[in-house]
Amino acid sequence: MTYLGHVWSHLRKDLHLEWRSRDSINGMLFFSLLVVVVFSLAFDPTAAMSREIAGGILWVALLFAATTALNQSWTRELRNRVLEAQRMAPSPPSALFLGKALANFLFVALVEAVLAPLFVVFYDLHALGQGWLLWVVMPLGTWALVCNGTFFAALGLRTRNREMLLPLILFPISIPALLGMIQATTAILSGEFEPGLWIRLLIAYNLAFTTACLLLFETALNAE
Amino acid sequence: MPRSRILGPVGVAWFGLTLAAIIYATRMALVVAPTDALQGNVFRIIFYHVPHSMLSLVWPYVNLAASLGFLYWQRRDPLKALAADALAISAAEVTVVYGSICLLTGMLWGKVEWGIWWTWDYRLTSMLVLWLLYVAYLMLRKLSSTGQTQTLAAVLSVFAGIDVPIVYMSIRWWRTQHPSPIFFSGDPESKMDPSMMPAFLWNLSAWAAWGVFLLTMRYLLERRRQDNEQDAALKAIEDSLELTR
Repeated sequence: MTYLGHVWSHLRKDLHLEWRSRDSINGMLFFSLLVVVVFSLAFDPTAAMSREIAGGILWVALLFAATTALNQSWTRELRNRVLEAQRMAPSPPSALFLGKALANFLFVALVEAVLAPLFVVFYDLHALGQGWLLWVVMPLGTWALVCNGTFFAALGLRTRNREMLLPLILFPISIPALLGMIQATTAILSGEFEPGLWIRLLIAYNLAFTTACLLLFETALNAE
Repeated sequence: MPRSRILGPVGVAWFGLTLAAIIYATRMALVVAPTDALQGNVFRIIFYHVPHSMLSLVWPYVNLAASLGFLYWQRRDPLKALAADALAISAAEVTVVYGSICLLTGMLWGKVEWGIWWTWDYRLTSMLVLWLLYVAYLMLRKLSSTGQTQTLAAVLSVFAGIDVPIVYMSIRWWRTQHPSPIFFSGDPESKMDPSMMPAFLWNLSAWAAWGVFLLTMRYLLERRRQDNEQDAALKAIEDSLELTR
């Protein structure tokens, strides 16, 4: 099987498992919705102000939602000693990582697809800048969170206090990406400045960290 | 690991000289350096704050180099890998210490001088993120199960190493794109009066020497701990062999 064949197998497996229980997606959806509502209560923004802060709120909500799902995505590998089987399998470990990261990406993207219209409704938003750029920023930002998140969730697999560890490591490392996605989204919504720089930052961040994750996953998986 | 015969005397001498340098440097900072025209005596914290800030940007690279060394030697030469790992954790701890001092003294200075504890300008934010990254590193080391700790920490260190320049650039762009209050009138060193330079350089050298001392002590401590761990493991194996005989 080719490398992409392996990635596709892993991806299909995760999609199948998630489809049967739909735990992660439901959890993420509801969690994001709650975060949005809580932030609205906290800030109570006017229409003009909401354009300034909606980007930040959206990405923070997604960050927290993704974190809750990412830990779960690896726990299904721990049941029935599946992880040991994965390590022994002849398929390249980075294919496992990539398949899982893509699956997580799809789940978070699904949550975004539901959340974004809600945002438009709650905050009475319409983009003053180039709205179509959001179709570029959203996937880039999501991949930045999901790629690193999947990797660090794997790092924390056999640690004690696993759920605590993921945000502790993920949030500092993701700060440039978070800055990029929030600034880009705010730029597009408010139209006050150019998002170009931030989009380029996101692309560079994604390239650097996807490469690092793919190269280092085997080391992390076999750490013993 | 046999005790080195030169390390002891060299260590004591280094400690003694470092202590003397610190005392001398502190005296220079507090007494000898002339009073700043604008800030009065409050500015003297610069002789403590700035060396720690500069040095806290050096130790992360020691950590990165040690982590890369660990990953390289892990399968090729496990004993060298152990030493590299000991250096990595020592450098991470020294980074957190120096970073904390930088942040705390900076906040004190800012509060007295400009009336604010904090601002999100690029230098402070980058420093905070660096500090967060290395605290995360130490947390990972603490929480991960033994056997895995070293590898996982080394991997995280590589990530942090890639992240630090990205953080610096991204935050710099963030803070030059929006107008933000400029509380630091440029790089203080560029405006430092030549009469203050000796005090500054003495402090930089003294605190660098102190940092090296801390690093080495922590490294030796870690090596000692690794040795004890290996001895205990060996004893456990030997004991189990005796049982089966």
